[in-house]
Amino acid sequence: MFPRAFEYVAPASIEEAVTALKGSEFAKVMSGGMSLLPLMKLRLVSPELVVDIGRISGLDSIDDQGDMVSIGALVRHYQTAEAQNVPRALAQAASYTGDVQVRNRGTTVGAVVHGDLAADQPSAVLALGGVIVARGPNGTREIAADDFFVDALTTAVEPDEVVTAIKVRKGGMSAYDKLGRRGGRTDYAVAGAAAWIQKDNGSISDARVALTGVAAKPTLATATAQALIGTDGSDKAIEEAAAKAADGVTILEDLYGSVEYKTHLAGVFAKRAIKRALSA
Amino acid sequence: MGWYFRLPISKEATVVKVAMTVNGRKVGGEVEARTLLVHYIRENLNLTGTHIGCETSYCGACTVMMDGRPVKSCTVLAVAADGAEIMTIEGLARDGQLHPVQEGFWERHGLQCGYCTPGMIMAAVGLLQQNNNPTEDEIRHGIEGNLCRCTGYHNIVKAIEYAGAKMRGEEPAPAEWEVTA
Amino acid sequence: MSTTSVLGGAIRRREDPALIRGRGRYVDDIKLPNAAHVAFVRSPFAHAKVNSIDTAEAKKMPGVVAVYTIDDVRHLGPLLAQVAVGKLKPLLADGLVNHVGEAVAMVVADNRYQAQDAADAVIVDYNPLPAIVDMKEAAADKAKVHDDLDSNVLITWEGGPWGNEEGIAATRQTIADAKKRDDVVVVSQEMINQRLIPTAIEPRAVAADWNEGYGRFTVYSSTQIPHALAGAIAKTFGLAANSVDVTAPEVGGGFGAKLNIYADEILTAFASMQLNRPVKYTESRRESPNNTIQGRGWVATATITGTRDGEILGFELDGLADMGAYTMNFTVAIPFLGTFVGAGQYKFPTHWKIACVTTHTMTTDAYRGAGRPEAMYYLERIVDAYAREIGMDPAEVRIKNFIPADSFPNATSPIGFTHDTGEYQKNLEALVATTEYAEMKKERDQARSQGRHVGLGLSSYVEVCGFGPSALAGLGFSWAAYGLPAAFSGSGLVRINPDASATVIIGTGPSGQGHETAWAQLVSDQLGLDYDKVRVSHGSTTESPMGIGTFGSRSAAVDGSAAYEAALKIKAKAAQIAAHILEASADDIEFGGGAAHVAGSPDKSVTWEEIVTRAYQPHQLPEGMEGGLEAQSVFSPGNATWPFGAHAALVEVDPETGDTKLLRYVTMDDCGNVINPMIVDGQLHGGLVQGIAQAMMEDAIYDSEGNLLTGSLVDYPLPTATDVPLFELHRTVTPSNVNPLGVKGVGEAGTIGSAQTIVNAAVDALYDLGVRHIDMPLRSRRVWQAIQEASNGARS
Repeated sequence: MFPRAFEYVAPASIEEAVTALKGSEFAKVMSGGMSLLPLMKLRLVSPELVVDIGRISGLDSIDDQGDMVSIGALVRHYQTAEAQNVPRALAQAASYTGDVQVRNRGTTVGAVVHGDLAADQPSAVLALGGVIVARGPNGTREIAADDFFVDALTTAVEPDEVVTAIKVRKGGMSAYDKLGRRGGRTDYAVAGAAAWIQKDNGSISDARVALTGVAAKPTLATATAQALIGTDGSDKAIEEAAAKAADGVTILEDLYGSVEYKTHLAGVFAKRAIKRALSA
Repeated sequence: MGWYFRLPISKEATVVKVAMTVNGRKVGGEVEARTLLVHYIRENLNLTGTHIGCETSYCGACTVMMDGRPVKSCTVLAVAADGAEIMTIEGLARDGQLHPVQEGFWERHGLQCGYCTPGMIMAAVGLLQQNNNPTEDEIRHGIEGNLCRCTGYHNIVKAIEYAGAKMRGEEPAPAEWEVTA
Repeated sequence: MSTTSVLGGAIRRREDPALIRGRGRYVDDIKLPNAAHVAFVRSPFAHAKVNSIDTAEAKKMPGVVAVYTIDDVRHLGPLLAQVAVGKLKPLLADGLVNHVGEAVAMVVADNRYQAQDAADAVIVDYNPLPAIVDMKEAAADKAKVHDDLDSNVLITWEGGPWGNEEGIAATRQTIADAKKRDDVVVVSQEMINQRLIPTAIEPRAVAADWNEGYGRFTVYSSTQIPHALAGAIAKTFGLAANSVDVTAPEVGGGFGAKLNIYADEILTAFASMQLNRPVKYTESRRESPNNTIQGRGWVATATITGTRDGEILGFELDGLADMGAYTMNFTVAIPFLGTFVGAGQYKFPTHWKIACVTTHTMTTDAYRGAGRPEAMYYLERIVDAYAREIGMDPAEVRIKNFIPADSFPNATSPIGFTHDTGEYQKNLEALVATTEYAEMKKERDQARSQGRHVGLGLSSYVEVCGFGPSALAGLGFSWAAYGLPAAFSGSGLVRINPDASATVIIGTGPSGQGHETAWAQLVSDQLGLDYDKVRVSHGSTTESPMGIGTFGSRSAAVDGSAAYEAALKIKAKAAQIAAHILEASADDIEFGGGAAHVAGSPDKSVTWEEIVTRAYQPHQLPEGMEGGLEAQSVFSPGNATWPFGAHAALVEVDPETGDTKLLRYVTMDDCGNVINPMIVDGQLHGGLVQGIAQAMMEDAIYDSEGNLLTGSLVDYPLPTATDVPLFELHRTVTPSNVNPLGVKGVGEAGTIGSAQTIVNAAVDALYDLGVRHIDMPLRSRRVWQAIQEASNGARS
């Protein structure tokens, strides 16, 4: 309940934040604190320095940028869930994140950077062909979501970088669905999937499907997406494609499911997310 | 020599200044940066109505309004609330008049041990501020972040329905025991 | 015994105005000047030798006042236990740790952050040893959990009849003979009744203030048993009980978890005495699962032998119950409580045997229902399985085998205990006759015709509560272990103050049950005093009469009866005073509307104010009458009470994912007379959700090395508002004959009746897929697995 002591800075700009990170061996960037603070209270994580980016202006907006929508680092879950211009998969994932109080305080970018395998928004960002915008000592770089999730709770952000925004694709149809730990869509996901689909002239021209809760990190179901492309999106086509969801994915067991069960659920939720996306 | 664990030792604490408005009163002072908002409220301000029931942001007993929205004050650093407008359970009744949600909890037996109650009430206030005519399902989702071990939530739902009616200027539905009696 | 008029008013609670304003006072809210704070160093191993504890660095940390190890407190002896069968817990680990989370050292510092910082700096050197975690492995006794115990099996409870070896042999023979008949079916199933973490939302907390000058302890603890704690502290430190004032202020949920004396309570008192300043310990949620007791943890095989037309010829239960590493207050007695209701509401021969085994895990003890939910789960699951096996309606099978109404009052169950009153058939028939039950059946059948997997589950139950009788002290049930040889009776003190207000002082330790309201109702009703003039006070052990505490749904039946009888004594004296004033016979005096009057002549009346003025001006009293108006009663019930009821649930399973949802829940409970229906319904709601949560989500899981994998609320899901429906409650009323109020108790009924109702419903939903049993909790993975196994079994 009592975090270890740490140094604390609340920079007024991204530049200051990056400078602060540079001088520390073990620093953590905090936005809403919903993932970081519980770990600090349990003393499972004890940073030397906390860089609170909550005072930096200009990070709290959701902006259309061409064919992408940019979500700033201080956009809260509830704002992502309610915004009209956020693609449905991400808005749904945000609305299933935590509870009211957590959604009021936690940020979408924070959840994505934390990269919990059972969190909803990372796989939505992955399915939506997201891009993570990070500022470091050498300037700004954009990391494709495909390269961003490295391993369990490990992402491609360097210790001296601050993620300022994520961007996701605006076009196409998308949806998210999940089975939560308490059943229904509650709590962290036992398993879930986000689907993004581009349909042209009645056939599926492009698709991305990402899985929550079944592998060490948010993971693309590439075989499903491949199998879906070129079909008419019929129930039969969806079911055949979804059955391949776990192909090439290393499925892991946890308290909420065996490998066999999670493999099965990957297919079920790939199917449900795709159907939901197409029923837009 | 067997196994032992050498845990990281806390560094010297960083002290920061905070100033915020709590229940309409300006408060402030120096705190360690690691001080949680809930500890600041309970220990520094002596407002002990805000409770602590877990440390993983699950139980919701510590819910307060921060800039008009319910948050879990155990998962906010006091320094992060610098400049914020906070309302705790103690600030809810005005001029001796209970808030309709407080009244609803009393009238509909929405509490037993009372420990989750302040947080539950603050979550309900947040819900009804946005929607004073919620469905049963909306009420249940609105308090999903607040655990109660005593009531089975039944009478909490009824209490919030009562408060919603009051806030809409309507007569609340009679209590179940009034109907069956 | 005659039964009083039932009060029955749904009166708003006295407790609430402070609680809804955030002005309730729980232990952690109480700030004692100059208080120091405690943090514990806890074992990461389930079983290890403690080679050394290095506290030097910790002692140098900022704000640290003291660091204690077993060497400082060994002389205080182990933690006391009421039923001391098994290994008693040393106050701090003494050379060995026997479960993860066991306290090894105690740090006291000026504030909590500093205490935790210093606890991190204590270096403990361990030699890990093999841990025995699995109950069956422990029962095999190939390796010992504790070297100084003869066996890992601490005690075995067997019936029925309980305690009668010849009778048990005869029962076994009867059942064995029945099995040989060729017209019987035998239905048998091994089932797990998993461990649970009670998780009151208020973690336990204790603040102790030893005042050397007064020679007196002032202690605040989040406890259900303040008097027992006062006794334990007095005994430990060689003080008289009147030198230890324990107050249980507002207690944020108990559920049995606060029905124990904890080492941290004794140690906090010790530190206060050593340091001569107040010391406070507030358990964190992270510590709680391995520091506060857990509940349940059984594995057993239930078997029914019966004819094809629904006559049950025998029920057998054979299994193990996990006691954890150390014996605390009731530990091994919890399965014994299960024995009481081992045969449920039924008349068939019952052989019931549960062996209590020790393991390297946290202690188990009383958790809501305590032994009775386990007993009822096994019985009502297997009765249901039998009904399905013979293709008979589950309600009909139950009714056919119930103890008949004409065996009451005081019917003896096959397990050898006497049930006070019961109308089992009438109760279950009333449930089945509700419109809700008919609707649920229809909903199920309609859903099925649409291909959905919806199931209807039923369970009846009987419980035992209202403990007493005080003769249980002969079996070891009293606070004698804590230096206060008081048995399970109840007490209440009623005082009419000189301004004609009334103060009721009770020795209970409520945690949300509404005693301040219900007792005021009882006393105001009896005395005809305005309800608002009656105030109830509880919690301080030096001011209240001896109380056993609030647990086992006993307070209203036992302590409530004591307050009622104290009020009768007051009434008798007040009647004499009124008769003296009115020049009438005391026998003709009646009370009501704040006054006493002569029966049949309402104009001949005298107000309570006038009566009380006389009482406090003794010269105006009748010759020889003592002044004042105060009475205390001790109520000693002749039996426990035996509430009962029947529940039905409708659940839907998504067979593709195993996701199970509770759609509706209907009850027909019978807790005897009802003092306040609003409070009674509230108790049922809460109890139901605890049972439903066991059925559907809660599960304390240890790995093979004894690590608790579900130690935080992230991994130990508790039900939220979105997981349960509104409940549809009904009741029958069969007054008890063991107390003058005719009440039975309701705190645990919801829990005792519900878990098996849910599982019965889930099995009903999946029966056509071949599923015959699913172990709790019905998490999606387990339900899906059961469906897979059933369909694989069908294929092979």
